[in-house]
Amino acid sequence: MSSRNRPAWEEKPTAAGLAAKGASIVVIALLILFPLYTIALTSLSSGDTVNRVGGLVIWPGDGVTFEAYEQMFRNPVVLRSLVVSLGITAVGTAVSVVVSILGAYSLSRPGSFGHKTILFSVLLMFVIFPGLIPVYLWVSAIGLRDNYLAIILPMAVSAFNVVVLRAFFMSIPQELFDAARIDGAGEFRVLWQIVTPLSKAVIAVVTLFYAVAYWNNWFNAFLYLDDTGKWPLALVLRTYVVESAPLPQASGLQDAPPTLAVKMAIVMIAIIPALIIYPFVQKHFKKGVIIGAVKG
Amino acid sequence: MSAPTIQSPARKVGDAPKRKVKAKAHWRERLRRDWPLLLMAAPMMILVWGFWWIPTLGNVVAFQDYKPFTGGIFGSRLVGFTHFQVLFTDSEFLRAMVNTLSITAFQLVFYFPVPIALALLMHSIASERLRSMLQSVVYLPYFFSWVLVIAIFQQMLGGAGLLSQILRSNGFEGVDWMTDPDTFILLVTSQAIWKEAGFGAIIFLAALAAIDPNQYEAAAVDGAGRWRRLWHITLPGIRPVIVLLLILRLGDALNVGFEQFFLQRSAVGSQASEVFDTFVYYSGIRTGDFDYGAAAGLFKGVVGLVLILAANKFAHMLGERGVYSKS
Repeated sequence: MSSRNRPAWEEKPTAAGLAAKGASIVVIALLILFPLYTIALTSLSSGDTVNRVGGLVIWPGDGVTFEAYEQMFRNPVVLRSLVVSLGITAVGTAVSVVVSILGAYSLSRPGSFGHKTILFSVLLMFVIFPGLIPVYLWVSAIGLRDNYLAIILPMAVSAFNVVVLRAFFMSIPQELFDAARIDGAGEFRVLWQIVTPLSKAVIAVVTLFYAVAYWNNWFNAFLYLDDTGKWPLALVLRTYVVESAPLPQASGLQDAPPTLAVKMAIVMIAIIPALIIYPFVQKHFKKGVIIGAVKG
Repeated sequence: MSAPTIQSPARKVGDAPKRKVKAKAHWRERLRRDWPLLLMAAPMMILVWGFWWIPTLGNVVAFQDYKPFTGGIFGSRLVGFTHFQVLFTDSEFLRAMVNTLSITAFQLVFYFPVPIALALLMHSIASERLRSMLQSVVYLPYFFSWVLVIAIFQQMLGGAGLLSQILRSNGFEGVDWMTDPDTFILLVTSQAIWKEAGFGAIIFLAALAAIDPNQYEAAAVDGAGRWRRLWHITLPGIRPVIVLLLILRLGDALNVGFEQFFLQRSAVGSQASEVFDTFVYYSGIRTGDFDYGAAAGLFKGVVGLVLILAANKFAHMLGERGVYSKS
């Protein structure tokens, strides 16, 4: 297997070298996968098994049950926060991707009216930050408290993602634009019919980045949503699992910190979306989509 | 990008395809021509100005005796640099500064080389499939939130975690690394490595792939073994990337991340876990001293900006490209 890829001039690997390399690969993979495995197994174990083992379940063999997941979904707080997270992620990602594609396309045409001003307002976001307090005061002042928009709008445009898209758009050969323009296509048509079909890979990566950011965000919700009934899953996860506490003022819902198996089920629900989307997007990382943009 | 096969007459063979810069026309004509582009940029500009640059201007509260209800940002009295003077006598602020800088220094030594080593390991795996599988595994935790990562670490290394569970069932005493201030710096560094070292290896992998294989062949023919090739070809080949990222990290010395520390502050105590960003939150939002917290945030922002600009200047002096260049 390995000899096929080894050029003729390279020495044969020594047995000790191969063993060391193999061992490091196994250890690295286990450090990442083992915690996920034991958390998944615990979430699929019955309450009795968890009690008998006295914590996380390592050995399968006590059978798989969806008891913890049923309990989790019977808890209205968790179910509701899951729906909230899915909604915020779907709406937020859609807004962000559309706004970023439009903006990045506009930024990919140097020499146009106002180009420099727009470019600088985006590029300076890499080095100048408004800071937590001014954003907090501003978002509160414009009346977004307890509004889902307070989660979405402050993080809707990521300068990094815009620059990634722009760098890719600028690498599309100019001839294609010239040809389209001769055929009478306006900017919107060029973007929709030429640029987006050619940029599917980079758009997929940017979509993943935005979706992950929205799915994982809990701090905006923590700052701006006083009504815990509106909390997203990540914040419920933080309260139940990291703090091991009940939700503060849980909107009249009865609410006790859940058992270990249920906690692990919540962890799994928070991980699973990433696990599902990830393989579809991961192949694009290697194509240098991100590296190219970082250099550009 | 492969070079286009048909060269346009204006372009000399070998020239990189370059976007033509449109000749400057009168602004009214350009406006008439470019209004669709402006329309496209409008939603992005509204969000960027509305939630980034307008709040940035709000940093003026750092110079005010800010009264949230009676004064607001336009009605509060200016007090100059008073808050900043208080900051430098505030032992908690100084502790946040010391903690931040120690964590940065510690991670420069113990975190920074990990992605490089990981990239070297992955690059040396001859089997395409094995390498790709390992890449999929090590990139994965980058997409987990800090809440998840800390929940996972808690389940493994916490007082009720797996490690304690195994130790106890074998007659040893359990450990709780999640609440121990003395080992906190090790804990946060391991968490950072677990979550981000894999993804951080991408840029080094790209640099490794860009090294000309003929160099290795020539060296091997000249009798250089694998370690000498690593030392004389591989490492010099990725040196520009290493230097660049090192300088960038130095420029970013005041940033060690917010969520990771905020989430663990109550478990470990502020003595070990207070960093700049958590100080801003606790001194500003939690206590309602918005002006004071904003001053701490602004201090960090300004020093951070100066550090980044200096780091970039330094990168240029060394002949590296830096993050931005005058174009």
